[in-house]
Amino acid sequence: MLEAPVVVAVSLCYLGLLFAVAWWGDRRADQGKSIIANPTIYALSMAVYCTTWTFYGSVGRAVASGIGFLPVYLGPTLVMALGWFVLLKMIRIVKANRITSIADFISSRYGKSHLLGGLVTIIAVVGIIPYIALQLKAVSSTVSLLLSYPEIVMPNHSATMSVAADLSFYIALILAAFTIVFGTRHLDATERHEGMVAAIALESSVKLVSFLAVGVFVTYGLYDGFGDIFEHLQTHPELRKLATAIPSGQGYTGWFSLIVLSAMAFLFLPRQFQVAVVENVNEAHLKRAAWLFPLYLLLINIFVLPIAVGGLLHFSGQGVDADTFVLTLPMSQRHEGLVLLVFIGGLSAAAGMVIVETIALSTMVCNDLVMPLMLRHNRLAHEESQDLSGLLLGIRRGAIVVILLLGYLYFRLAGEAYALVAIGLISFSAVAQFAPAMLGGMYWRGGTRGGALAGLSAGFLVWAYTLLLPSFAKSGWLPADFLTQGLLGFDLLRPQQLFGLSGFDQISHCLFWSFLANIGAYVGVSLLRPPMVAEATQAAVFVDALKDGGQLGPVLWRGRAKVSDLQELVGRFLGPTRAQAAFSAFARRHGSANGVTLEADAQLVQFAEALLAGAIGSASARVMVASVAKEEPLSIDEVMHILDEASQLRTHSRELERKSSELTAATLELQAANERLQELDRVKDDIMSSVTHELRTPLTSIRAFSELLRDDPKMHLADRERFLGLIVSETERLTRLINQTLDLAKIESGRADWNGCELDLKAVIEQSVAATSQIFREKEAQVELDLPDNLPLILADRDRLIQVMLNLLSNAAKFLSPATGRVHVILRTLSDGLEVSVRDNGPGIRPEDHELIFEKFRQVGDTMTAKPSGTGLGLPISRRIVEHFGGKLWVESVPGAGATFRFTLPFADAQPHLEAAVE
Amino acid sequence: MSKKILIADDEQNIVISIEFLLRREGFEVLVASDGEEALAKVRAEQPDLVLLDVMMPRMNGFDVCQALRADPDLSGTRILMLTAKGRDTEVSKGLGLGADGYMTKPFSTKELLAEVRKLLGM
Repeated sequence: MLEAPVVVAVSLCYLGLLFAVAWWGDRRADQGKSIIANPTIYALSMAVYCTTWTFYGSVGRAVASGIGFLPVYLGPTLVMALGWFVLLKMIRIVKANRITSIADFISSRYGKSHLLGGLVTIIAVVGIIPYIALQLKAVSSTVSLLLSYPEIVMPNHSATMSVAADLSFYIALILAAFTIVFGTRHLDATERHEGMVAAIALESSVKLVSFLAVGVFVTYGLYDGFGDIFEHLQTHPELRKLATAIPSGQGYTGWFSLIVLSAMAFLFLPRQFQVAVVENVNEAHLKRAAWLFPLYLLLINIFVLPIAVGGLLHFSGQGVDADTFVLTLPMSQRHEGLVLLVFIGGLSAAAGMVIVETIALSTMVCNDLVMPLMLRHNRLAHEESQDLSGLLLGIRRGAIVVILLLGYLYFRLAGEAYALVAIGLISFSAVAQFAPAMLGGMYWRGGTRGGALAGLSAGFLVWAYTLLLPSFAKSGWLPADFLTQGLLGFDLLRPQQLFGLSGFDQISHCLFWSFLANIGAYVGVSLLRPPMVAEATQAAVFVDALKDGGQLGPVLWRGRAKVSDLQELVGRFLGPTRAQAAFSAFARRHGSANGVTLEADAQLVQFAEALLAGAIGSASARVMVASVAKEEPLSIDEVMHILDEASQLRTHSRELERKSSELTAATLELQAANERLQELDRVKDDIMSSVTHELRTPLTSIRAFSELLRDDPKMHLADRERFLGLIVSETERLTRLINQTLDLAKIESGRADWNGCELDLKAVIEQSVAATSQIFREKEAQVELDLPDNLPLILADRDRLIQVMLNLLSNAAKFLSPATGRVHVILRTLSDGLEVSVRDNGPGIRPEDHELIFEKFRQVGDTMTAKPSGTGLGLPISRRIVEHFGGKLWVESVPGAGATFRFTLPFADAQPHLEAAVE
Repeated sequence: MSKKILIADDEQNIVISIEFLLRREGFEVLVASDGEEALAKVRAEQPDLVLLDVMMPRMNGFDVCQALRADPDLSGTRILMLTAKGRDTEVSKGLGLGADGYMTKPFSTKELLAEVRKLLGM
């Protein structure tokens, strides 16, 4: 069933499906219901990184160098996990400046330079067209493999190759058509290629699924899982080399270079820049992509070694190319469905790469090569009131076709030559040359146009000399002694041992020399002179992109321009309707009715320039706007002044923010302090009012009884005696209250007299118990003592301690039931002091009252028996006394099961600082 | 027929003295030692006047006063608040809750009798 018509039909159906998805995505975007506003789609679209070079090539590289296929995926993984902030900054800059491509990015950063944009475009085109060719080759090889089915015939020996090559020509054309339809619908950069992104995400899913399907088929169908495969790996000596961590001949340097190289490629390949930065809908999507994309890479690599081992074992000695194992293993098992699925997966990998790369390159070619040339010949500036948007789209479409045809041509010319096989890493190395200008531009204000030009040129030339030309020589297009004897026979100029540097693999070698030249020239030339006006302006916009709001950079423009002129200019490139809509929207945002202002302000000029930049690139936009606006040039001093002011403003506003937050904090603190004061006031008031109440109450009875006695001289003797007795006891209560209030006030104010000396606590307790024995006898209660002899001494005031003990004992007595009451006094040793507990079998105290009873005037009585006698100051005073000598007083009680009051006191020798407290 | 007066106070000695004073003047005297008991006795015995202490256990004098005033059957009962807290806010709070008079402890027995007679319309 794998005859040519079937293969063609399935391929066309699949491409048709992609068309449908892309069309649907675009339609939804037009309706404002984006289907790609989703972090998963974003992460999947990033997987355009995995081309046929991954899909078919990973297994080939695994056979050649064991796990040496991995570093190419470690680089992007590291970027996503650790370097995502670089991507974030790129996204911010691109959005704020309506940048359309990496060439535009670099050109815009260094003062909107046409020359730089053109250079970047040329490097990209030279570096990437062979890479596109590689994709076409992969498709045609797999087609020719399929056509010889069920035989497995390597493509280069086959007569079917020419048919397949013709087929791949048509595939190239179909891809061009696809790219044109979905890549060049509009000219405005804010209009994303939503349909294309949706199609790419689908392709990424398909290639992952089909690769996993082959992996599962080989691992679990042909063998018994990973364990089985790795057992084979160990038992076959020729396979064991696959399992070593760093294969000999590659070395750590090689790994390091590949990781750096792939990280740079992941950031700066035009197609990666397109999907990760230009097509980004929402920068928050980066968060999920930061783990989802590395996960994708992990999944697509997980079966590489098993397939490699499976292929080596299965095709041992049959001369089957390891690059084809993914397809040939299912073919050898006559698993036709899986074969087709793999073919579609490979087609996906190729198509995705080709489409996105071509869109990105065509934008660059149009905006950074063709437009500047046309501007130079003044074709555009003076063709009055002509709608140029059609022309621009035409240029881009033409560029797409030309790029794809160039790719096809390279593929037909190079064929099986080395130059095509090795192009993956060579391409990466070309793109890596953008790194100094890009990263330097985003993080260093000092970089200049001259520096960027010098760096890029130097890096590009070294790259061409050390990688591209040798690849031509190895393909036989250049004499071989170029490699062995150096240029013109100069030994030092041998391209792969430049200046005698040997011991590196060719990629590390190229990376070392090209980066040395690139970074050296970039920094060196940049430092020759300070940045000029345009460079300084753009440096501020790029370097500060992530700072407070970023996009609201200072407006660096002075001059006169008419609104109508600007609108007409924009209209010529975007179409009059779109220009009208954009200007109206701007007017609405800035609160002026459309058409009222004739004179454009700096902001409007900048807006118009940004609109144009989306269509024709920032450098050309600059030139076009300058053609309608009468600009007064700003001097570098003025620019620096404005930038300075802007940064000062930022500093001031930050300072203001800080001060205002400090003020808020201070206000809150004041409020809290005020509340605390009021609370203290209230407490003091409460205490005064409590004291007053406690004083007035006995006074009330005393006065009443006294007046009764005075007014009635003939009162019965019994009443008289009873009343006099009550008067006496109430005066006693008053005296006690006054004494205790004064006592507490003295303790609290720190004016109490403390006669501290070393005491035997046992003696103090016995004395206190003796003093209260009368009360307990009246209540018929038993007092048990458990007081060990010869305990260490404690440091305290004897009278005060007796006061505490009397208070605790009389409290206990107060709540005992008559006749059954028992009080148990225990003295015991702790690690650092002594503990006294007074336990009664009274009614106990509710848990919520355990702390309350230590507050002043807070008696907690059994409400059934009315108010307990006492002043409500005994426990607060006792607690303060104990605390004064470094101990603690608390109560433990369960209602109904009695209460235990405990206090601790530290040993005399453990508390030297108390000497001071005692004085 | 003699007027009936309820003394509600948790201070035993104050109750003894006022009880003695009022009985001597010929009033019928009832006693309660907390707020709930006071409320129950007012409802059961319908006294003409209640001498109501503010700081009482279980239910304070203000709450008792409010409860009495909320009961239309007891609208004829006069209330004289007695308190040891003599601040203006407390006085106005008591009067605001519907008490008919207010005396601060300690008070003179003559003034207390005069206030009692005034409230009973004698």
